[in-house]
Amino acid sequence: MTTVIKVEGISKTFNIHHERHQSLKERMLHPRSGSTESFNALNDINFTVDTNETVGLVGHNGSGKSTLLKCICGVLQPTSGQIHIRGSLAALLELGAGFQPELSGRDNVFLYGAMLGFSKKMVEGIFDDVVDFSEIENFIDTQVKFYSSGMYVRLAFAVAVNVDPDILVVDEVLAVGDERFQAKCIDRIRSFQDEGRSILFVTHNADQVRAICDRAIVLDGGHMIADGPTHDSLRIFREHLMDSAVEHDRSGLLASISIDSITTPSGSFDVRSGAGMHFDVNITSQGAYSGNFVMEIFTRKGLLISRSDAKGSPVNLTPGKNCIGIDLEQIPLLDGIYDVNVGVVDPRGNTVIAWREQAASIQVTYDGREGGLVELGAAIRQQ
Amino acid sequence: MSEGSSARVDRRSLESDAFRVVSARDSLFTRLRNLWNRRELLSSLIRSDIRIKYKNSALGIVWSMLTPSLFLAIYWLVFAKFLKNGIPDFVTYLFAGMIVWNMFNTSLSTATGVIVVRSGLVKKVSFPREILALANVGAATFYFFIQLCVFGLYLVVVQHSPDYAYFWLLPIAFLALYFFTAALAILMSAITVYMRDMEHFILIILQLWFFLSPVVYSYEHSIAPQLHAHGLAWLYFLNPITLIMLTFQRAFYVATTAASTTQTMIVHGHAVPIILKILPSWPMSTYCYLDLALLGITVLLFLLAEVLFGRLQGNFESEL
Repeated sequence: MTTVIKVEGISKTFNIHHERHQSLKERMLHPRSGSTESFNALNDINFTVDTNETVGLVGHNGSGKSTLLKCICGVLQPTSGQIHIRGSLAALLELGAGFQPELSGRDNVFLYGAMLGFSKKMVEGIFDDVVDFSEIENFIDTQVKFYSSGMYVRLAFAVAVNVDPDILVVDEVLAVGDERFQAKCIDRIRSFQDEGRSILFVTHNADQVRAICDRAIVLDGGHMIADGPTHDSLRIFREHLMDSAVEHDRSGLLASISIDSITTPSGSFDVRSGAGMHFDVNITSQGAYSGNFVMEIFTRKGLLISRSDAKGSPVNLTPGKNCIGIDLEQIPLLDGIYDVNVGVVDPRGNTVIAWREQAASIQVTYDGREGGLVELGAAIRQQ
Repeated sequence: MSEGSSARVDRRSLESDAFRVVSARDSLFTRLRNLWNRRELLSSLIRSDIRIKYKNSALGIVWSMLTPSLFLAIYWLVFAKFLKNGIPDFVTYLFAGMIVWNMFNTSLSTATGVIVVRSGLVKKVSFPREILALANVGAATFYFFIQLCVFGLYLVVVQHSPDYAYFWLLPIAFLALYFFTAALAILMSAITVYMRDMEHFILIILQLWFFLSPVVYSYEHSIAPQLHAHGLAWLYFLNPITLIMLTFQRAFYVATTAASTTQTMIVHGHAVPIILKILPSWPMSTYCYLDLALLGITVLLFLLAEVLFGRLQGNFESEL
């Protein structure tokens, strides 16, 4: 384990001009006009990333995650603090930003490689891999301005992942390309992980972080509010989102409903695999509310096993104590501890009204022969 | 995936690698070292600049020779034929000054807006930003050498033999030209981010600058007498381009006149050709000292421009 990225006390302040005078005339006429407000995008951020680590950087829009990423990539200078980086770094910030439309795909591969800081010799060595990966063999000598946007992005991604970087920084680029190409990108990221490289992965999609990262850092309003195993960080992230939503909620609806606890009739959360289980979810509501109910089951490693809801029949909360029952007819899970999240969302499913992360943990015991997560009861015989 | 990747699984250890530091303000030394480390990017950018410029034109790279030649023809027509400025063998004189001017002019007019134009790149990819401006200077340097070849060809055709004794001064003068041009290009590219008017303003400045430099007239003949009368000759030399041009003109132009090849006169104990008062009658040592001093000053200017650029680039992101 070697530290490859060390972020020490990074802060970034932007000056926001409310009146922008960019021309000479305007500057002369209004030397001091237009109020300038300073905005702290990042406040004293500290963390390190080691080799062999995939770290997710999570935060909602405006949390400062992109600013932090730009500082790490060296696109932006921090206002104070230092970032130490070891090894070569390839950033997938905006794919194809360095492409020159007038040049051919081939020329652009070399130019883009040089921009990422790799030598011509090295790019020559990986050129065939790049072309293979991007799947545009027939167009490699065509001017890039004639490319479709998909070809453009594929070529850029192919360069960035084939130049053999020690650190790969990915910023929500997986949203591009068709499904098959996305799968290919995820595959590439996985092989990067297997090779022991470091990946810094930025997104506001918690599911992607769960799928890829071992560790997650949560940013909110320029402050780092969590840094730890993905599972724990995402719990903090969700709770924090909930808290700030309550703060900003004018109707008072969010504050009025709270999930108190989950109980079982027997009081125990231990279950044998294949057996059924019943939960009672106790909810206190200040007023009447009709919405949807959601339950999620996760493994301890943060893998989502199941998300289910009330299937179109709303739960009607009345003022005071409410109890909602969940029946699991049979739990086909194998040995292990599983976390249960429950929540109330609005009928359209857009807004979370109340949420309880890790409301309960169930311990499943299994003595069969199957391995993995669920028992499918496969019967194997010769025919 | 290709077979190559399986070989890569054995990652090299990064233990021994030094840390690169990103901080609020890098020292000049760090900035220069980063610049040097990314020289390959610089050459890539220069090559792509040159390629793109002539990509879709029928004559292609020929334009880099044709344009200055046509300008040369126009100036010759206007200044030698219409205005009769009386400089013998005016085309050679003009050529020597024009190649210097073209390098300066092309660099500045392209580099001034380059960071604004390539803002997409500046906001997304990390590299020393001044490389964009330096790439424009690099491309102009490439055209400079092409034009120098054309000039050489011209001299052969008209059977003019330059004053080879002065040729060793040319690299010094050229380096001074390079550093001065690069310093201004870097600075202007950064200033334009904050004041977009510069893109237009620079064209006016360059036009004025052209006439403040001895390209189409002779300093010694037209300017020096009046300035000397008021003791203001130094004022004219505040323009570093002047001295660089004089060096180029001294080396290429001087031997042209029939008189200069045969007649000499003694100045400060040195034999100097009489050059019909077109160029200053300095001995070689004066040219040498002045050029060396200028080179020193322009290198300092370049370093100063680097420092200022470092200060200015901190807010590029929010201004672009």
